[in-house]
Amino acid sequence: MLHRFANPTRFLRLSAALLPWTAGLTLVLLIAGLYLALFGSPADYQQGETVRIMYVHVPAAWMALFCYSCMAGASAVGLIWKHPLADMAAKATAPIGACFTFLALVTGSLWGKPMWGAWWVWDARLTSVLILFFLYLGYMALHNAFDDPTRGARSAAVLALVGFVNVPIIKFSVDWWNTLHQPSSVVKMGGPAIHPSMLTPLLLMGLAYTTYYVWVLLLRLRGEIVAGKVRAIRLRQAHG
Amino acid sequence: MTVDTITSFLHMGGHAAYVWPSFVITVVVLAALFVHSLSFLRAGEAALKGLKAEDEASDET
Amino acid sequence: MRWAFEIMRRDLRLALRQGVDSLMAVVFFVLAVVLFPLGVGPEANILARIAAGVIWVAALLASMLSLERLFQTDYDDGSLELLALSPVALELVVLAKVVAHWLTTGVPLIVAAPVLAVLLDMDAQGFVVLIVALALGTPTMSLIGSVGAALILGARRGGVLLSLLVLPLFIPVLIFGVAAVDAAIGGFAARPHLMILSGLLIGAVALCPWASAASLRQSLE
Repeated sequence: MLHRFANPTRFLRLSAALLPWTAGLTLVLLIAGLYLALFGSPADYQQGETVRIMYVHVPAAWMALFCYSCMAGASAVGLIWKHPLADMAAKATAPIGACFTFLALVTGSLWGKPMWGAWWVWDARLTSVLILFFLYLGYMALHNAFDDPTRGARSAAVLALVGFVNVPIIKFSVDWWNTLHQPSSVVKMGGPAIHPSMLTPLLLMGLAYTTYYVWVLLLRLRGEIVAGKVRAIRLRQAHG
Repeated sequence: MTVDTITSFLHMGGHAAYVWPSFVITVVVLAALFVHSLSFLRAGEAALKGLKAEDEASDET
Repeated sequence: MRWAFEIMRRDLRLALRQGVDSLMAVVFFVLAVVLFPLGVGPEANILARIAAGVIWVAALLASMLSLERLFQTDYDDGSLELLALSPVALELVVLAKVVAHWLTTGVPLIVAAPVLAVLLDMDAQGFVVLIVALALGTPTMSLIGSVGAALILGARRGGVLLSLLVLPLFIPVLIFGVAAVDAAIGGFAARPHLMILSGLLIGAVALCPWASAASLRQSLE
């Protein structure tokens, strides 16, 4: 099935059709999510209004891990089957994942100050998410450090796979170690431990972020395909 | 909506300094990423058009 | 197996002929550590408190110095291709080179560490654990470093990029290495931390040569 989309022209047509829908869906979900987060949900009886930060912090953290997993998966496909679109998908996902990780760190810090009294603590989860951020940056730097784009893609793919060991560490860090960070309350055995009035905006924001990811990914993929064509023409002209 | 409720909404129970920057930074970063991705695409498309025009021009000569 | 030893001996001979590398790593290590009392102030209690961390961070940075050249010189003059084509598995070649790197960079650091610990007024209880922890940690760093070195072959500004790639991966070694020494100083059991360091080493021995070899093959294509 994937091979049908390996053809860049076919992909360009498909993405052109999908783009307005993903854009529209993202905006609708985002507005709905933000509305519920800021107006339509109750304040926490312990944390007060700061709990609203959860609605931007938690989905960003989810996406940080999700994007890295996508990047690692695409890297594996690129290394094993040499599918050109897979390499491009990994490259395009990296900046999106880095932004989400950055947001998770910053909003987490802004939530931590009123809740724990500290902007930052060096516990297992925060440290491993910081490492994830550096891994994203390293990936992007490595990918762009070679004159030959394929070489860059291969090298970065290996890095993405080596760094994937960090993802389960982040997920389970709050279970394995004594951390200040709150343990899992949504994705755990026995179902979510949050009240529906808070779960709904959370899930809406999560969905909004996911459609945003698809939207920007499609844009960047189109950009990569076009950049590839430009490179090919320039090479041909140089050798012409 | 009275001015009081709007003010108390903006006040966010005293935590305004934390809640609002969180949302604002989120929107700013996501918007900036979108703008960057779009301009990356547009720059590529412009370059492609320019190169294709060059190609056609040199084909005609 | 004999071939692997031959490769290791060749690398050792080359490294020793160019003794500068090992010397440079140790001198950098000493200089970096010495900067701290000068910057932080000579108060004994503060220095003793940060001694373990300072020595470990300096060891991390020093062991990174010669990593760039692990594969670069062989790549540049074509001997890496010959090694890849030889009957020895590329993974063993990597392992042999890493052992040579550790012997010429890691071991001098381990030897210098207790001297520096004295300079920083570290509690004598921590000395033995420091040596053991470094003995476990430095080979791990050489192994992880080899993956980074393989990844940046042929890249622009590879040296700086190498640090960006490799330092985040070093962090677990750093955390548990310092924890082991601090535990020993505080009178607690250092064994759990040393166990984790051993685990990291074993994991690195199992995974890193494979990842480095895969990376080298990509660059030789």
